[in-house]
Amino acid sequence: MDTRNTPIYQSHVRAGARMTDFAGWNLPIQYTGIIEEALHCRKSISLFDTCHMGEFYFKGDIGKSGLEYAFCFPIADIKQGRCRYGFILNGIGGIIDDLIVYRLAEDELMIVVNAATTDNDFATIKDCIKGTAVFENRSRSTAKIDVQGPLARDLMVERYGDDIKKSPYFGFINKKIAGKDAIVSRTGYTGELGYEIYIDASAAAGVWDSLCEDPRVRPAGLGARDILRLEMGYCLYGSDIDDMTSPIEAGLDYFVDLDKDYSGKKGIVQHKEMGVPRIRAGFVTNSRRSPRHGYKIFCGEVMSGEITSGTFSPTLSTGIGMGYIDTAMNKPGTPVTLSDGKVTIDAVIAEFPLYKNGTARK
Amino acid sequence: MVYPDNLRYSSSHEWAEITGKTAKIGISDFAQHSLGDIVFIELPEIGREVKAGDAVCEIESVKAASSIYTPLSGKIAAVNNTLADAPELINQKPYESYIFTLELSNPGEADKLLDSKKYAELCEKEAGSH
Repeated sequence: MDTRNTPIYQSHVRAGARMTDFAGWNLPIQYTGIIEEALHCRKSISLFDTCHMGEFYFKGDIGKSGLEYAFCFPIADIKQGRCRYGFILNGIGGIIDDLIVYRLAEDELMIVVNAATTDNDFATIKDCIKGTAVFENRSRSTAKIDVQGPLARDLMVERYGDDIKKSPYFGFINKKIAGKDAIVSRTGYTGELGYEIYIDASAAAGVWDSLCEDPRVRPAGLGARDILRLEMGYCLYGSDIDDMTSPIEAGLDYFVDLDKDYSGKKGIVQHKEMGVPRIRAGFVTNSRRSPRHGYKIFCGEVMSGEITSGTFSPTLSTGIGMGYIDTAMNKPGTPVTLSDGKVTIDAVIAEFPLYKNGTARK
Repeated sequence: MVYPDNLRYSSSHEWAEITGKTAKIGISDFAQHSLGDIVFIELPEIGREVKAGDAVCEIESVKAASSIYTPLSGKIAAVNNTLADAPELINQKPYESYIFTLELSNPGEADKLLDSKKYAELCEKEAGSH
């Protein structure tokens, strides 16, 4: 399949971005430099093109539609104007995707999913829906721009009005932006105060270019995005969580409901009751070297797990990573070595978030 | 992209500045640009005898870890310790940031390295194939 361009592609090219294929999309990996872009987001405002992500629209009676069965967290009690993070699971409790559900109205939802999993997610959720409910994949027509950083609220209020302030963390408002209906939510993947703007694809480049004119704003690529999310301990679907991993192994119990009925619940209950042999943990290295996906984790001489993501953290000035380790070994401060057989790096187990000063909830 | 004429280049993107029987070795502008932000370098061991093409040390960028190969044979005479704390200098000034120096055991090998014109052609070809 050909690599697709987002509606903002021309702006990336004009800005001299280095492009890469990500989940079938042609996206910027960096503009000026990955480290500079990551640091900028921690102190000012960064823009991310996230148009590749999938958006679904549901309209119908949530209770009667059968929709709840697809999600391992309750949908019906999400308040209007709020959104909730969680998972859809396969029959054994493995993660099919992590996603966010927005309560647009009593009988309307928007569901935001990862790019690579969009088609499968749509089919999985649709299978659960019975009767006359409307369920549409609006990914093609919906653009998404992330505005992230400690100064993001100031900018958004200046541009789009005071009611931006009304959104709590994981809340959203409806706005007219560039003459189009938009949703602005206080969510993100960086750990900083920030917003995600959902808008018709035809308006995306204009909104992006206009926001970029502000001197506090710089565009940031996937490289910086990966550092920022890893410093926060956020999982990347396909690397840190997948259909062979349960939310309990990933340490994401908080996002799993044990009362309602849903696909994969049996596996979840079993993991909760019996415990899990491996668990996701964070690592901080004793040097500027970073572990990479696939590095083995050693406690003394004993192979105790595997790294799923690693990078250099410019805010900590050390290598960082996450991976799965024998549950019995998982104690913060424990020294470990991380190795691919050629390179061996000393590290310690560290609690998430690895970067502690994120402004997301401020 | 800059490729100074006074240097010789290897197809694995190291440069050599040869003065008589010694050479300074670093990585090219093309190499630093492909690697992206460099965050770590493991400097080679002084005194080690190396043969042209040997992996002598490791360099890491945000994106990946890679080996640095010596383009010439000889003994590692000195290393650039400044880079240990400031590996980003390689991104900023690739041709001023030598990584190590060699006492050459076979200066004639230099003839097998590429001049700046041939090396520029190689880089253009590699950039086009990405």
